[in-house]
Amino acid sequence: MNFRVVFKALGMLLVCESLLMILPLVVAVYYQGTDISAFFLGILITGIFGVPLSFIKTGKKTMYARDGFAIVALGWVLLSIFGSVPYIISGVMPSFVDGFFEAVSGFSTTSASILTHIEDLPKGILFWRSFTHWAGGMGVIVLTLAMLPSVGSGTVQMLKAEYPGPTPGKLVPQVKETAKILYKIYLVFTLLEIIMLKFAGMPLYDAFIHTFGTVGTGGASNMNASVGAYNNIKIEVIITIFTFMCGTNFTLYYQMLKGDLKAPLKDDEFRFYCGAIIISIVLITINLYGNMFSSLWESLRHSSFQVVSVMTTTGFATTDYNNWGMFSKIILLILMFIGGCAGSTGGALKSIRVLLLIRVMKRELLQIIHPRAVYMVKLGNKTVEEKTISEILGFFFMYILIFIAAVLVISLDNLDWATTITAAAATLGNIGPGFGIVGPMGNYSQFSDLSKLVLSLCMIIGRLEIYPILLLGIPSFWKKTNL
Amino acid sequence: MKIIIIGAGKVGYNLAENLSKSNHDVIIIDKNYAALSKAEENLEVLCIKGSGVSTNILMEAGIETADLLIAVTNSDEVNMVCCLTAKKLGVKHTIARIRDHEYAHELLLLKEELGLDLIINPEQAAADEIANVLNFSSAINVENFAKGRVKMVEIKVTEDMPMVGMRLKDMGSKFESSVLVGVVIRDDEVIVPNGDFIINENDSIYLIGQPSHLYNFCKMFGKVPHKIRNVMIVGGGRIAVYLGKLLAEMGMKVKVIEIDRDNCIQLSELIPEALIIHGDGTDEELLRSENIDEMDAFIAVTGMDEENMMAALIAKQNGAKKVISKASRINYISIIKSLGIDSVISPKQITSNQILKYVRGNNVESLYRIIEGQAEITEIIAEPGSRILNTKLKKLGLPKDTIIATVVRKNEVVIPHGNDIIKEGDRVIVISKNKNISSLDEVAAVS
Repeated sequence: MNFRVVFKALGMLLVCESLLMILPLVVAVYYQGTDISAFFLGILITGIFGVPLSFIKTGKKTMYARDGFAIVALGWVLLSIFGSVPYIISGVMPSFVDGFFEAVSGFSTTSASILTHIEDLPKGILFWRSFTHWAGGMGVIVLTLAMLPSVGSGTVQMLKAEYPGPTPGKLVPQVKETAKILYKIYLVFTLLEIIMLKFAGMPLYDAFIHTFGTVGTGGASNMNASVGAYNNIKIEVIITIFTFMCGTNFTLYYQMLKGDLKAPLKDDEFRFYCGAIIISIVLITINLYGNMFSSLWESLRHSSFQVVSVMTTTGFATTDYNNWGMFSKIILLILMFIGGCAGSTGGALKSIRVLLLIRVMKRELLQIIHPRAVYMVKLGNKTVEEKTISEILGFFFMYILIFIAAVLVISLDNLDWATTITAAAATLGNIGPGFGIVGPMGNYSQFSDLSKLVLSLCMIIGRLEIYPILLLGIPSFWKKTNL
Repeated sequence: MKIIIIGAGKVGYNLAENLSKSNHDVIIIDKNYAALSKAEENLEVLCIKGSGVSTNILMEAGIETADLLIAVTNSDEVNMVCCLTAKKLGVKHTIARIRDHEYAHELLLLKEELGLDLIINPEQAAADEIANVLNFSSAINVENFAKGRVKMVEIKVTEDMPMVGMRLKDMGSKFESSVLVGVVIRDDEVIVPNGDFIINENDSIYLIGQPSHLYNFCKMFGKVPHKIRNVMIVGGGRIAVYLGKLLAEMGMKVKVIEIDRDNCIQLSELIPEALIIHGDGTDEELLRSENIDEMDAFIAVTGMDEENMMAALIAKQNGAKKVISKASRINYISIIKSLGIDSVISPKQITSNQILKYVRGNNVESLYRIIEGQAEITEIIAEPGSRILNTKLKKLGLPKDTIIATVVRKNEVVIPHGNDIIKEGDRVIVISKNKNISSLDEVAAVS
């Protein structure tokens, strides 16, 4: 591995993080909370590590694929470690494991919280928690690429390693420009939602928190009862629409901006994503009507909010869906695995992979009927490369394997079925709340430190799509020369 | 500029690399997944898989808004059709690579009929370059500027040359010459020297000046360019056809060795002036029996870089005076040079340079790049209204590592000093390091 290049990029990443901490510091100062010094020290500590590293001279070294993966994997671990500094110093979470868990949960847009009384916490800390969703949603590496001068050639490797989805799509030839365009679209969505939430009657501070949670498909709220605390239909509709939009591939927005307004309709993945959402809403509404809610309207309101929130891996809640019927809960569990679109801020397997897996399955069956037939798996009107397909099959296997391994470790805590299984699924898929103790009104504080660490790892693995973190465990990845 | 390149082969890749480095938006179209993914992984470009002839693919690449389309697939016909389609779809400029000698005579007609802005024939260009070098045999490389009125030659400094250990500013007074040492290459590093620079053994120096002055200069330093009479070419490909004809016109005797019998028959039809020998060019016995030691020049231009290298080494060992080898892979060039072969010619690099020159703009008359663009020698015509006109050069405040090497005004060639000025219409030759220059204003941008 090319350590100089890797360290330099990591340094830049930390500089970027310390810059990000300025915003919560401003909030803390504005509300005169107890957390001012925590952010001040956070910026200082992160900067002390980041600035010298970013001045490393790399010479003419190019960045290769594994350097990119190393930067992304190590980068996210470092981000989370330094991101936990404010939590620990402010005393909100005295233990390192708790702080790390919360920071990972923030950056990976999971919002699996161990906090029990959210409303009592300092405003700056809550702001930081949600702001990490915002930065982690579109990708901290992408943000670094957009903000800081180029780290040298081969930056596309970093984009690739952080990109959610099987085939990374650059929008324009330059990586830096692509990163800028993505963040511009992202910023517009953010501002739009803040304004709309404010007009719908939410306090400005809450509007910021919920917007960050929405556009990053994170889902951290400053209320224990999440969005349900407002009991405001307008707010719910706005949040539903924006989570839906941010669970969509951002490339489609770029194409629409370029004048191709029908781009989403032509996109197979988007159609699958919409179809899955609509079918789930209908099924859950029917299941809820008469059992949970007496009016059809009420059933539709809660089912649509919850389906979109879980499918995009956001994790907001308007009601405690722990009490819903088993059928509805299982549908939500399935959605936890499917997740948003590639190139969105959502997590989990991604719609495109599930869609392709279904098409591969169909091909395998047809192949038995006509053994000599040649079938190509298609997406839109383009043939999908065999290499991509085998990567997706491998990815699916690894995802399930990690899920099972995580469930196995968590089971040591001896909690109930629903909690054990959904805790792993909800962290690996970056959703946040699951069922049982970790349900929408519950939290992760009951787990042991070991489980918390394993779940933290799940969150990073889920956000970075497995490969970067697993690669860190392979010895030859670290060697300077591969034999 | 938005540039679409069709074909991600060696030339396409090299072009994409250079163009994207100078901040152009580059989109590559190719049918081959492996070639594309290489480009995608290493370069700042956008890749589209598909055929460049297809209207749909071209539309997807945004052909309406593109400024330039460069077709460099391995088929001449595909390149032509690509350019034709693209032009109809609204691209502003098109460049096609057309290399078959069948088309070579009709290039002008093709250019007009297909609306092409530039046709590149790498093999023809390589042949021209080899012929240039043979004309000035003591040089490693020869490049023409200002329509041949100014030449630049690359010379290797050997220990017997009196200039070793001398300061550049002393050299002028001692040898009374109007030749400029523009660039020095020492251990793969490019240096733009000033007056205090001391020349060492084994440096490669680039000299700029009028042809006659250069000739005298070389004579003075013991590198007398001798006249070349007998030339042996190994490999009867396209370059050999172009080169054989050129050299025969210049009155040299040409021997071509080609391994394929059918090709030999074709060659003897195409270049009747040359002696065609059917045999293996890497076979030492054959080369000796064909009097390799009598040859003034030996040129290896088979399709395989490795064979060229071996043939050239054998020739050098057996006493051929000047040995030139062709290399397709650009990264081989420095290795081959280090083996003691006099000159290395790379058609791919020539092609890239030609296209880069075109992209640079109308004012750039010629462009020569040293070691993958570490330094560039650019010939620019001073356009009216340029800020640099009629100002004394010493007042311009040229940036570091940039020099104005020569000014050509009508038939007068001047190596300028601080008190000289540039006038409208002058051809100015600028040497710059790590900097792309496309207009004279950029030269003085700092001041």
